[in-house]
Amino acid sequence: MEFLFASGVGVLTAAGLYLVLRLRTFPVIIGASLLTYAVNLFLFASGRLTIGAPPVLMDGVTRYSDPLPQALVLTAIVISFGMTAVVVVIALGAYLGADDDHVNDPQESDSEDRA
Amino acid sequence: MSLFLVVALPFLGALLPGLLNGAGRKVCAGTTFAVSLTALIGLLSNLPALLRGEVIEARVDWLPALGMNVNLMMDGLGAFFACLILGIGLLIIAYAKAYLSRNDNMGEFFTYLLLFQGAMVGIVLSDNILVLLVFWELTSLSSFLLIGYWKHLPEGRQGARMALTVTGMGGLAMIGGMLMLGQIAGSYDLSVILTQREAIQADPLYVPALILILLGCFTKSAQFPFHFWLPHAMAAPTPVSAYLHSATMVKAGIFLMARMWPVLSGTPEWFYIVTTAGLITMVLGAVIGLFKHDLKALLAFSTVSHLGLITMLLGTGTAFGAMAAVFHILNHATFKCALFMSAGIIDHETHTRDIRRLGGLRHLMPVTFVIATIAALSMAGIPFFNGFLSKEMWLEEVSHTTLYGPDWLVPALATFGALFSAAYSFRYIGHVFLGKERDDYPAHPHDPPAGMWLPPAFLTVLVVLIGVMPFLAEPAVKFITAAVLGGEAEVPDVYLALWHGVTPALMMSIIAVTGGLILLALFAPLSNLWEATPRPEAKVIFEAVIAAFVRVARATTQTLHNGAFTQYAAILALAVIAAGGHAWWTGDSLPATRAPLPVNVIAAAGWLMLIGAAVFLVIKHHNRLLALILMGIIGLVVSVAFAYFSAPDLAMTQISVEVVTIILLLLALNFLPDTTPSESSLGKKLRDGCIAVIGGVATTGLTWHLLMRESVMTPISEYHLENSYKGGGGTNVVNVILVDFRGFDTFGEIIVLGIAALVIYALTETLLSGPVRARLLNRIPDKPLAGDHHPLMMVVLTRMMMPVVLMIGVYIFLRGHNLPGGGFIAGLVVAIGVVVQYMASGFNWATERQRYPYHGIIGAGVLAAGLTGIGSWFPGHEFLTSAFGYFRIPPMQEFELATAALFDLGVFLSVLGAVMLSLESFSRLARRAHVEDSEYAMDIDPSRDDPPEGDRQADTPDGKES
Repeated sequence: MEFLFASGVGVLTAAGLYLVLRLRTFPVIIGASLLTYAVNLFLFASGRLTIGAPPVLMDGVTRYSDPLPQALVLTAIVISFGMTAVVVVIALGAYLGADDDHVNDPQESDSEDRA
Repeated sequence: MSLFLVVALPFLGALLPGLLNGAGRKVCAGTTFAVSLTALIGLLSNLPALLRGEVIEARVDWLPALGMNVNLMMDGLGAFFACLILGIGLLIIAYAKAYLSRNDNMGEFFTYLLLFQGAMVGIVLSDNILVLLVFWELTSLSSFLLIGYWKHLPEGRQGARMALTVTGMGGLAMIGGMLMLGQIAGSYDLSVILTQREAIQADPLYVPALILILLGCFTKSAQFPFHFWLPHAMAAPTPVSAYLHSATMVKAGIFLMARMWPVLSGTPEWFYIVTTAGLITMVLGAVIGLFKHDLKALLAFSTVSHLGLITMLLGTGTAFGAMAAVFHILNHATFKCALFMSAGIIDHETHTRDIRRLGGLRHLMPVTFVIATIAALSMAGIPFFNGFLSKEMWLEEVSHTTLYGPDWLVPALATFGALFSAAYSFRYIGHVFLGKERDDYPAHPHDPPAGMWLPPAFLTVLVVLIGVMPFLAEPAVKFITAAVLGGEAEVPDVYLALWHGVTPALMMSIIAVTGGLILLALFAPLSNLWEATPRPEAKVIFEAVIAAFVRVARATTQTLHNGAFTQYAAILALAVIAAGGHAWWTGDSLPATRAPLPVNVIAAAGWLMLIGAAVFLVIKHHNRLLALILMGIIGLVVSVAFAYFSAPDLAMTQISVEVVTIILLLLALNFLPDTTPSESSLGKKLRDGCIAVIGGVATTGLTWHLLMRESVMTPISEYHLENSYKGGGGTNVVNVILVDFRGFDTFGEIIVLGIAALVIYALTETLLSGPVRARLLNRIPDKPLAGDHHPLMMVVLTRMMMPVVLMIGVYIFLRGHNLPGGGFIAGLVVAIGVVVQYMASGFNWATERQRYPYHGIIGAGVLAAGLTGIGSWFPGHEFLTSAFGYFRIPPMQEFELATAALFDLGVFLSVLGAVMLSLESFSRLARRAHVEDSEYAMDIDPSRDDPPEGDRQADTPDGKES
């Protein structure tokens, strides 16, 4: 199970990295979102994996999963929404303003390809 | 009065002049005067204790872990400088009131002046060197504001910039030096450092620390080779020059050298560096000063020269030298301030400071003539004026000083400098006031109003008083000298007196004065010769150096920061991978300590879905809608994984965030192209693929490694589990951590979220008010739009669901403390319910029913959370300490009330407001683009008796035709 979890994080990271390195805004945003998933899962993993023991106190129960990483990841999820929204509005503004959704500044060499 | 108050008063008072600007000049200046006077009286109230031999202290721990505490201390030296700063400050304020014209913003001026005054007082009364550094930087900043006060003058701006650059760089060097000194001494408190002379001088870091601290002192006190900024700072209004360059700013470096004298002086390094710099500065300043035609430039270079003189006296490292330095600091402050003020008067009344256009003013401005003459004669070192006494002591000290070999070198150079010093002082009198009266002054000169001549007159009275009766000043000078020496040497047993017999010093003085008169007689040919000699121009060199730095910085930045985001991302990824790899291969690793959990079918199925969706997403990312759907799948699997691995709160948060994120990206996709064109070459794809795979393998390894081992340290989570119910009153530990244990964190996070939403709002506003708006209006949608605006079924369904959604929101919110849920999740759920109304019934319909603006909701949320935190101050607890109790209102069961619920309410409101404000901003963009929005919330409404068939067809935008 641990390996499934770890490889899941790895695949999300790889897919995120690949998409972040694309040339248009939209795949970069999607890639950043995938990286967010990967990072959140990784942070969550620092509490180690536990099944069937949510950190909600009950009489007679002694085994709980680690609540601290969960609390940290919870706010991270919400904040990442805010950050995604900011990036999206910047990307939209850039596209609407210049009719171009490239993430890189036009370089001297390839400006002719674009035209 | 406490020293804290003395230091704080000018800073607090600095608020007043700016506010009182409208109340008139008298009120404005009067308030400033009153603030300074109060601070001075407060300072003097400590004098009796000081004279009893106590050291006045005031201490407050600020950051004890860093050794940075707001410790103030006043001994003789500090009190002397503080009196100079506040006392001369009073005269300057009175003078400035008369000097500033009606066009100048007086409130602004006095605000800057008080800020500066506070920073200076802070320097001289600090016991902690880190706090001293803070004040030191504050003087650099506030003097920048003062020197550049006349913003309309390019010279003012350039001079201010130069002063800030030079003194700021020196300040940076000094931070390094002070930190080293603190490390050596083991404390940042001066009172401790000053007792560690042997340890400090024996330490290998002594020389670097000394050089760095001296860099700070030399730049501040305009010592060679950093003297060039001071004359350029003369573009400031004259009261500023008089204040900064007679008694305060430039004396800060001198002060620090005197302060550090007991621990730093006495070594060969100190002697050679400080004495040489002082001597060169003294001679150079005097020579250049003589040939300046601008009154203030002449005084500026004379200031440079006199600062060199004092520096040299401190450099010799003898007790007599220190005493002479103290005496000259006092004397220089009195006569130089009076001279600057008289120069200001001449400028004010004749409208020129060019000595070549002046002359013969003695009958036209008799009062000014007397003041300026007394001060200038004191500067020249003529008996019966105080400058003579301290200059004599300097020459006495010089005659015993040997530097670089020959005995005669230092005395000869000093006499040479003194000769020029006398010459420029005589020139100030001779070429301005004596000579023929002219008829071409730019304005008709006359004596100024009393407000302008009284302050310098007061100073000249001191000049004469000390000059004739030096024994009056003697106890004070000895008292201060004792503070400078700090017990490392005995206060010399000499008397301040006019006549010491025929000593070498007297001979040198006579040579200097006679030579000065001769030099003045030969001024015209000498001046021509001076003009013909090529000299390096400091300003040109300075600007060339700055320009070179800017070029290098620009070249570096533009190479690295070339606008190719992809490149930055690749570099960042590789750097992180390389750092991780280094740690992996060089670090130690423990064997696995956890047994792996068994794999079951459900987990394997989820894993397959995740991997499949991710791989498919990478392959098919050119189709953006498909990419979004695949991302949704990944998000769902992640939420399920959270639920599966015992994190119900996370699962609920993830799934609701997923919904709003997808809505947001759909709104964005409305404008962006549908597809991503394939532009990368195969090589680039392979390169990116390699980076991605390496990154993926590395994270897999790291995560797996982590999961298979118990943590090396005991996790602090146990504490949270144990105290959640006892201390926080809730059984849902995650929620208790969020609203209680780490409430401050959460408070910061909702603020960040609110700011992000406001940024989105602001960016949208900017877009809508700029050229983008026209583009949006003319935009032809590239996708065919749905025929139905607001389908009946959907509208009815969503409206019926709204109360249910709200109910669920309230439920999730209320149970949050004890069961999975809470403010974050409830906020997201309610936001989804509201967004659905926008989608089903249209923007207009929803906006009409929106009662509170979303900004307001964010603000209310942050405010509620903040006030809950502040509430815990009243019973005397720390910020955000929670309290809870169990109550019973008869018909109901016993239930719990916790202040954390109020805090969670703030979280709820902020999240709701932030999500709604972001989504609403996007919809506003969308509305601009598709102007058509049905005026009805439902396409078919049975209660409306005119099914507007015809209208509907006209309204319906048809992508292909329009």
